[in-house]
Amino acid sequence: MAEFKTAAANAPIGEKLMTWVDNRFPATKLYKEHLSEYYAPKNFNFWYFFGSLAMLVLVIQIVTGIFLVMHYKPDAAKAFESVEYIMRDVPWGWLVRYMHSTGASAFFIVVYLHMFRGLIYGSYRQPRELVWIFGCAIFLCLMAEAFMGYLLPWGQMSYWGAQVIINLFSAIPFVGNDLSLLIRGDYVVGDATLNRFFSFHVIAVPLVLLGLVVAHIIALHEVGSNNPDGVEIKAKKDAQGRPLDGIPFHPYYSVHDILGVSVFLMAFTAIVFFAPEFGGYFLEFNNFIPADPLKTPAHIAPVWYFTPYYSMLRATTDFMVNVLVVLVALGAVGAILKGRFGGSAKLGIAIAAVVVAFLLKTFDAKFWGVVVMGGAVVILFFLPWLDRSPVKSIRYRPDWHKWVYAVFVLFFLVLGYFGIQAPSALNERVSQFGTLVYFGFFLLMPWWSTLGTFKPVPERVTFESH
Amino acid sequence: MKKIFALIVAAFAFAGPALAAEGGIAWDKFPEAKLSDQAALQNGARLFVNHCLNCHAAEYMRYNRLRDIGLTEAQIKQNLLFATDKVGETMKVALDPKEAKAWFGGVPPDLTVIARSRAGANGSGADYLYTYLRSYYRDDSKATGWNNLVFPSVGMPHVLWELQGQRAPKFVEELDAHDPSKKVHRFVGYEQLTPGTLTPREYDNAVADLVAYLQWMGEPVQKQRVRLGVWVLLFLAGFTVIAWRLNAAYWKDVK
Amino acid sequence: MSDQQVDQGKRTWLIASTCAGVVGGAATAVPFISSFQPSERARAAGAAVEVDIGGLKAGEKLTVEWRGKPVWIIKRTPEQLESLKQTEPLVADPKSERKPAEITPMEATRNEWRSVKPEILVVVGICSHLGCSPTDKLTPGPQPSLPDDWHGGFLCPCHGSLFDMAGRVYKNKPAPDNLEVPPYTFLSDTRLLIGEAKA
Repeated sequence: MAEFKTAAANAPIGEKLMTWVDNRFPATKLYKEHLSEYYAPKNFNFWYFFGSLAMLVLVIQIVTGIFLVMHYKPDAAKAFESVEYIMRDVPWGWLVRYMHSTGASAFFIVVYLHMFRGLIYGSYRQPRELVWIFGCAIFLCLMAEAFMGYLLPWGQMSYWGAQVIINLFSAIPFVGNDLSLLIRGDYVVGDATLNRFFSFHVIAVPLVLLGLVVAHIIALHEVGSNNPDGVEIKAKKDAQGRPLDGIPFHPYYSVHDILGVSVFLMAFTAIVFFAPEFGGYFLEFNNFIPADPLKTPAHIAPVWYFTPYYSMLRATTDFMVNVLVVLVALGAVGAILKGRFGGSAKLGIAIAAVVVAFLLKTFDAKFWGVVVMGGAVVILFFLPWLDRSPVKSIRYRPDWHKWVYAVFVLFFLVLGYFGIQAPSALNERVSQFGTLVYFGFFLLMPWWSTLGTFKPVPERVTFESH
Repeated sequence: MKKIFALIVAAFAFAGPALAAEGGIAWDKFPEAKLSDQAALQNGARLFVNHCLNCHAAEYMRYNRLRDIGLTEAQIKQNLLFATDKVGETMKVALDPKEAKAWFGGVPPDLTVIARSRAGANGSGADYLYTYLRSYYRDDSKATGWNNLVFPSVGMPHVLWELQGQRAPKFVEELDAHDPSKKVHRFVGYEQLTPGTLTPREYDNAVADLVAYLQWMGEPVQKQRVRLGVWVLLFLAGFTVIAWRLNAAYWKDVK
Repeated sequence: MSDQQVDQGKRTWLIASTCAGVVGGAATAVPFISSFQPSERARAAGAAVEVDIGGLKAGEKLTVEWRGKPVWIIKRTPEQLESLKQTEPLVADPKSERKPAEITPMEATRNEWRSVKPEILVVVGICSHLGCSPTDKLTPGPQPSLPDDWHGGFLCPCHGSLFDMAGRVYKNKPAPDNLEVPPYTFLSDTRLLIGEAKA
């Protein structure tokens, strides 16, 4: 129990007020711990803007969302019309709508770049594993939130995109059909689906997201931020216990982030005011046609931010499943011959491989496609344990590691590109190869992350004064 | 690191637009200058109400919004109100959906945002509509007597036929470029069967007016949006300069 | 703090950014707050209503809806107009002097008949007490719930307020004000536009 402090009789009123509050609520303590005396590394670069930008976009989505809900009607017969009502009849409704639709895409751009920063600087490594895990959970929730939000305008893309993705759940053996029925609330996507997606999108998932964001930041503040050099700043402290390479978050990074926000808002508003459709990527053309359960559009593609994963789903054909069986077999053989496990562990690996191969051939490729797509997101959670590099940051890794990351990013983008295109023979082969590259990057990381000549990591961060 | 990224970004500068290229004829370019021409937009509104509103609705478009293209409420009331007498109402249509299905095989789609929905790899929605309305030809094998090069076997007849007259397409038979054992019909032009009340150039101009109106109707606030955007961006540019100097003022202390 | 030099650079830019931020914030808030205003749909629904009173006979009452409220149009008989002189000492605000901007916004209706043309009364049929719609009691003479010298008018069933043939509220009744006279225009002798006072 903290001591009950009393302000001096002649203290200014501000101080008396704060003393009253501090005796009952740790306002000043929180301010010091998380802002004015929270020490962050001084060598943050461009990649470190995206966390605060993600928070900004979250706020934008919530505020614009609140105003949209005042006029939107979550009824299959009225939803499309209510969106046009917002665009035309509600004063400034068009601006609120465009901010929300642009914000959705902006959220993913910012989050992908934010995750990429974590990837290249090893921000997920000990002791920051939990920060990373909360972050992956946020990413998963964000995908759910965006998917459900996309149904709400009730256009052709909304409807058919939802129909396809919910039908994926029916691929799950034994429980699939019942699960899909439960999610939809009906035999096809309809009013029941729309209403429950509305509830989830507006309140349920946002509450979970907010909770996860708070947990993410608390976990971060507990261990302190990483930095581009991967050097732990808490290792070198001054006489007062402050990290030598640290600076108080406030005012240095609050002011720094304001600059980041300003530049971001320029890009954001340029899109909102000059190109809100963004070539059909942010507001898809087909979605200006009201949903028609009897007519599927010629091309259904998910929104751009889901396309890499959609590519992987489509790539998992019967042929691909056979390839996976071969790879599982090769992997098991490799682990048995080269691995440093005991005899019983090797037997376990052999049995597991046989079981997996059997399952791969028993269940439909459609189901494995769902597993691959989900697995592509779930594998991110394991990154802290897959990376065995002696060095955190890409700056001190062998140069060829940079090419590995570049290839990974390239194929992620290629998978995204092909996810938008119509199916074709080329599409299938490239997407299959890309899927293998994506999973190979992670699954083989315990091996390749240790290879090569590593550069010496400095004791202090590299910093050039401004 | 930076060089690698520059390479990747450059590679993606060539990424195609949102939808894969569809088959069918190429779309002509809609004359964008029409969008800033109020007389063209007003003529387009007139053509729309006279020819389209019989079958198509524009349920999200309020009549009194036509003030934005320079028409007065009196002008709207006298010349453009259809199936209503209130200028605050939306452009509904009297056609019963069941009858529409019986006559045309389907309900004519609402046209309020048609220009936004028809954009694709071949061009903008306006390009599509401009080409579509100028690609009708006589075809006795169809129930309506009309077919369309942009939308083959379309259920909609050539509503503007009296303006354009009747045309037949001319095809030339030749070998398929991809597979020389097959023959394809290549479209080479139209043959005017009977004249319309407008010359081809006048007809193209009238269709351009109509499409300009459809494009405007898809997003009436577009002009104001762009104009406001300029000011917002100028303000933010100024704010960015201030934020940059503020940042520098603090960071000069960091050694 | 006072023994440190104030950093002029920081101060300048802090002031500049705070001012710009406040301006930007206000400019951003304006569209959001404005979206609370009635939409075009609400304004269209609240638009003026045209009424044909060609078939209205003397002593008859027509009710139309405007902005969700009942508007009464009554063609008063000469006797009903005469009764207004007799009810003048009985009503609380005979000259319609209370809250003129709210209750009789049109100058042309601030007269002894509370209407532009003496025979045609146009009032909103909502009691000024708590919003019920009064019932017609157009026939003069003693009747249940009415005074013995009843001259014809309206009785509100909810709390017993009485109004005369010009919609003026009787003294000592729960309702404080006369019935509202909405803005209206005679487009012709037989066509009324309720809701707008056109020149």
